[in-house]
Amino acid sequence: MSSYSVTEPSPRQKWAAGILVIGYALITILPLVWIITTSFKSPSDAIAYPPKTFFTPTVEGYVNVFTTRTRLSPEQLQALGEPTTWYDKLVRKDGLVISGPSRFAERFTNSVIIGFGSTVLCIVLGTAAAYAFSRFKVPLKDDLLFFILSTRMMPPIAVAIPIFLMFRSLGLSDTHAGMILLYTAVNLSLSVWLLKGFIDEIPIEYEEAALIDGYTRFQAFYKVVLPQAATGIASTAIFCLIFAWNEYAFAVLLTSGNAQTAPPFIPTIIGVSGQDWPAVAAGATLFLVPVMVFTILLRKHLLRGITFGAVRK
Amino acid sequence: MLKSSVDRVAEATPRAIANRMHGLSDRALAWLFVGPSIVLLLAVNIFPLIWTIRLSFTNFRVNRPNAEVEFVGLKNYLNILSDRDIWLTMQATAHFLIWTIVLQVLIGFTLAYLINKKFRGNDLWTTIIVLPMMLSPAVVGNFWTFLYQPQIGLFNYAVGFLTGADPSSFSMIGDVSLAPWAIVIVDTWMWTPFVMLICLAGLRSIPGSIYEAAECDRASKWRQFWTITIPLVLPFLMLAVLFRGIENFKMFDLVVQLTGGGPGSITELTSINLKREAFEKWRTGYASAYAVILFVTVFGLASIYVKALNKVKQR
Repeated sequence: MSSYSVTEPSPRQKWAAGILVIGYALITILPLVWIITTSFKSPSDAIAYPPKTFFTPTVEGYVNVFTTRTRLSPEQLQALGEPTTWYDKLVRKDGLVISGPSRFAERFTNSVIIGFGSTVLCIVLGTAAAYAFSRFKVPLKDDLLFFILSTRMMPPIAVAIPIFLMFRSLGLSDTHAGMILLYTAVNLSLSVWLLKGFIDEIPIEYEEAALIDGYTRFQAFYKVVLPQAATGIASTAIFCLIFAWNEYAFAVLLTSGNAQTAPPFIPTIIGVSGQDWPAVAAGATLFLVPVMVFTILLRKHLLRGITFGAVRK
Repeated sequence: MLKSSVDRVAEATPRAIANRMHGLSDRALAWLFVGPSIVLLLAVNIFPLIWTIRLSFTNFRVNRPNAEVEFVGLKNYLNILSDRDIWLTMQATAHFLIWTIVLQVLIGFTLAYLINKKFRGNDLWTTIIVLPMMLSPAVVGNFWTFLYQPQIGLFNYAVGFLTGADPSSFSMIGDVSLAPWAIVIVDTWMWTPFVMLICLAGLRSIPGSIYEAAECDRASKWRQFWTITIPLVLPFLMLAVLFRGIENFKMFDLVVQLTGGGPGSITELTSINLKREAFEKWRTGYASAYAVILFVTVFGLASIYVKALNKVKQR
């Protein structure tokens, strides 16, 4: 298109649009910046009035989110002798002593296990089903869309009642396996739908050529179709992972001690005296930043997943 | 319905391809590929749904497993529909739904329109705007309670700074009149980018030649906007509204962490109310009936809406 095209906005329009959008972006990102900066504040800086923009950074929040602490009297502290580690030293100046690790690391690990486990399972099942629906003629296209939509209309709390009962009788409640199965099922509709779209775009001629060359249908699937669909599979996987990572309702209802993930745990972080906001922010930062990085790195591939495959490039 | 679809898949596959197969036949392969997914969906989606419907006609309570389960017919349904509190939670949900959708559509469309002016660096800024919606609503919602703190909260400080009001004079999540807006603001902050992205896809799908033709016909920019841009983006916009509508009807995590339904029960949306009935009062049968009513409501509204959407698309 030539630069004289009538559809090209004028430089002045571009400037104005740019300033407005950047203004919105800066406001919208402020709460996220605030989470990250609060995680490096000391508890008193965090609740200062007016809110502090400049402060001396400390990793106290991060120490607090990974540990549990007890308050000791000065005499008891004296009796303990010199702190041996840097993190011990850090909490000692508030008159506290580290009494053990918190459950944060455990919850975070649970999130990783359940997130990746369900993503792998979901992609394996989803790719297979999507391939079958894409290549073997299915007279159900529109019905499928609505069926998929309808499984997502149910509030999670509504299906949680029978799933709660079912898991209890199968011994799956509060286990990794149970949560992995549940998240796989919840994500399956999205992944089948997205992957079907991606596989649809791979020309069928490739496989036909492979079949004529003597490949079996299964060989053609994993030697021809899978490599072609790799980008699509990867971006679908990111979506399944992010969903499982962020999920809260099922996690809070169906897990408690053993398999609890980070989202129900982070809000329950409290300090020795009242809500410890830097620790909450530290937990949130560790939990949210990976997703932010993924989003920025993979922005080109995410649009389709966000819009449920309804919007194609 | 689903089982038969596999049969149909297998039947619809041309014999020629099936004959070409060595090893597994296409029919077997179709079963192998679709089977596990269908089994899982049936087990975790359809089976619980049927179980919920069955429970909804009983007085079963999870916390009293030994009590006799009685069939109570439609009693649960009648109790729910005549319960004033439930209508109040419906009102709270409607307030939340309507305002979030209105604000997200207005802001989301405006942003998409501006981004579509293709200023330099629009890619980067779009990604930054998208960030909030990718994050865990529960974790972010919890942190917003900090931003909403009177006096020390950043939100209150900003409002105080801009309007001159005392930042400790109001509490977004503590005041009955402000709490419904507190959840609307956070949801709008979080989900406007979703509407924006869909609108952007819509705007980018309009071929430039249409505008060039309009320009030749000397249509004003204003006229072009209302007769080309809006009608062509409308199907996309309606799709965004559908997704947001369904999502916000089920809204749970964000609001639970923000207000927990309070103060009192002013922001108690249906999902939160349902959770209370099912997992705090343990009225399983009653809650099941409640869940069925919600599902039928969403499903019904969404079907009507999809019909309207298809009409707009065909135009």
